Amino acid sequence: MLGRLAVPAISLSGLLLLWIIAAALTADPQILPQPFALVGPWLAEIRSGALPHHLGQTLVRVIWAFCLAMSLGLILGLLMGRFERLNRWLDPWLVVFLNLPALVLIVLCYLWIGLNETAAIVAVTLNKVPNVTVTIREGARALSADLDAMARVYRMSGWARLRHVLLPQLAPFVAAAARGGVAVIWKIVLVVEFLGRSNGIGFKIHLYFQLFDVGMVLIYALSFIVVMLAVEWLILQPWERRARRWRTA
Amino acid sequence: MIRVDIRAKSFGDTPVLGPVAFEVAKGETVAILGPSGIGKTTLLRIVAGLDDRFEGTVERPGRIAMVFQEPTLLPWRSVLQNLTLVHPGLTRRAARDMLARVGIGDKAHAFPGQLSLGQQRRLALARAFAGHPELLIMDEPFVSLDPATAETMLALTERLIAEERPATLFVTHSRAEAERLGTRILDLAGRPAILSPAQGQDI
Repeated sequence: MLGRLAVPAISLSGLLLLWIIAAALTADPQILPQPFALVGPWLAEIRSGALPHHLGQTLVRVIWAFCLAMSLGLILGLLMGRFERLNRWLDPWLVVFLNLPALVLIVLCYLWIGLNETAAIVAVTLNKVPNVTVTIREGARALSADLDAMARVYRMSGWARLRHVLLPQLAPFVAAAARGGVAVIWKIVLVVEFLGRSNGIGFKIHLYFQLFDVGMVLIYALSFIVVMLAVEWLILQPWERRARRWRTA
Repeated sequence: MIRVDIRAKSFGDTPVLGPVAFEVAKGETVAILGPSGIGKTTLLRIVAGLDDRFEGTVERPGRIAMVFQEPTLLPWRSVLQNLTLVHPGLTRRAARDMLARVGIGDKAHAFPGQLSLGQQRRLALARAFAGHPELLIMDEPFVSLDPATAETMLALTERLIAEERPATLFVTHSRAEAERLGTRILDLAGRPAILSPAQGQDI
């Protein structure tokens, strides 16, 4: 129990210490302010409601893109992993999309769909779907033929097969895709907001970048990192522990 | 009653099974005996309906159970759930009774990984009989067990078959096992493999 909480805490304190030392060495709050110098402006941003508002906007986009990318990637990955013919046809597309720079997709989506919410979410989703697909495809290829035969002989329903036979086998791959997915998606959402939205963390960072306000850039970026850490520790990790219970029991 | 009439089965250009025809009546146990690699598992998969790429016909009942060479359990679900998820009609009480019948009544909430190999096989047997199968198919269920465990499992299987009386088709490469469980023995031999005697001999 101590290890589970203490180790991340000590590890993060180390990062903070590094920041303090770096700020002291820089000795220029314009370039790198001390972390404690940010507390005041941070509280002011929360009180004014600006930080929660923009944080909420970004979070909604992250959730949308995450759900869409995971569902599409799961379906595509499963199909491509199970049906070799389909895989041969779709694999070249996958390689194209995997190697298409995020920026290109974002710009094209804005140009084709318009500077709106749909374009933003579509751009982020399209950026992430190929990675999820590749990960899930590996999982689908490793599915046990024996369990499949068992489920067929005993005539388990499609739903029971999906829920109790297929998904538990895919769980480690889904977890890997989700973990990588959340991290990558929020970074791309920021770029999308930076380029063409008038709210969200990315928009604020764009604003403070033009004002050369390092402190505010850090405040907005770090606030969202705190949210993502909370997601990791309060949702992803407990879910993973539950899903892995049978391995450690 | 099951009626198997396979005319031919091949993988690519390699013929595996020649004409293979037999029937199994309710309460009858037919043992198929043959060396490794002869096509016994292929035959069972056809009978079980797992492989329909063959020439011929198989008539089989609705409720089929199969015991595989490996226990083939759902390692991420509890012992009890391994019965109730596979047989949605089975009540928890009936599932517990079934576990008790195979001697692992105290393991209901364990995960399969916490069971010994012998206990996992018992669970696989419980799963097979929990659905009151009309046709029971067993693919070398006692292979890779030490002699003492194999003997207990054999006795348990014998008792369960006597209680439930399904039509049983069972393959093995051990003549002793075949003679112990089987009411009839069919030898599978040759390439492509055929049965001898064509309709089996009574013991």
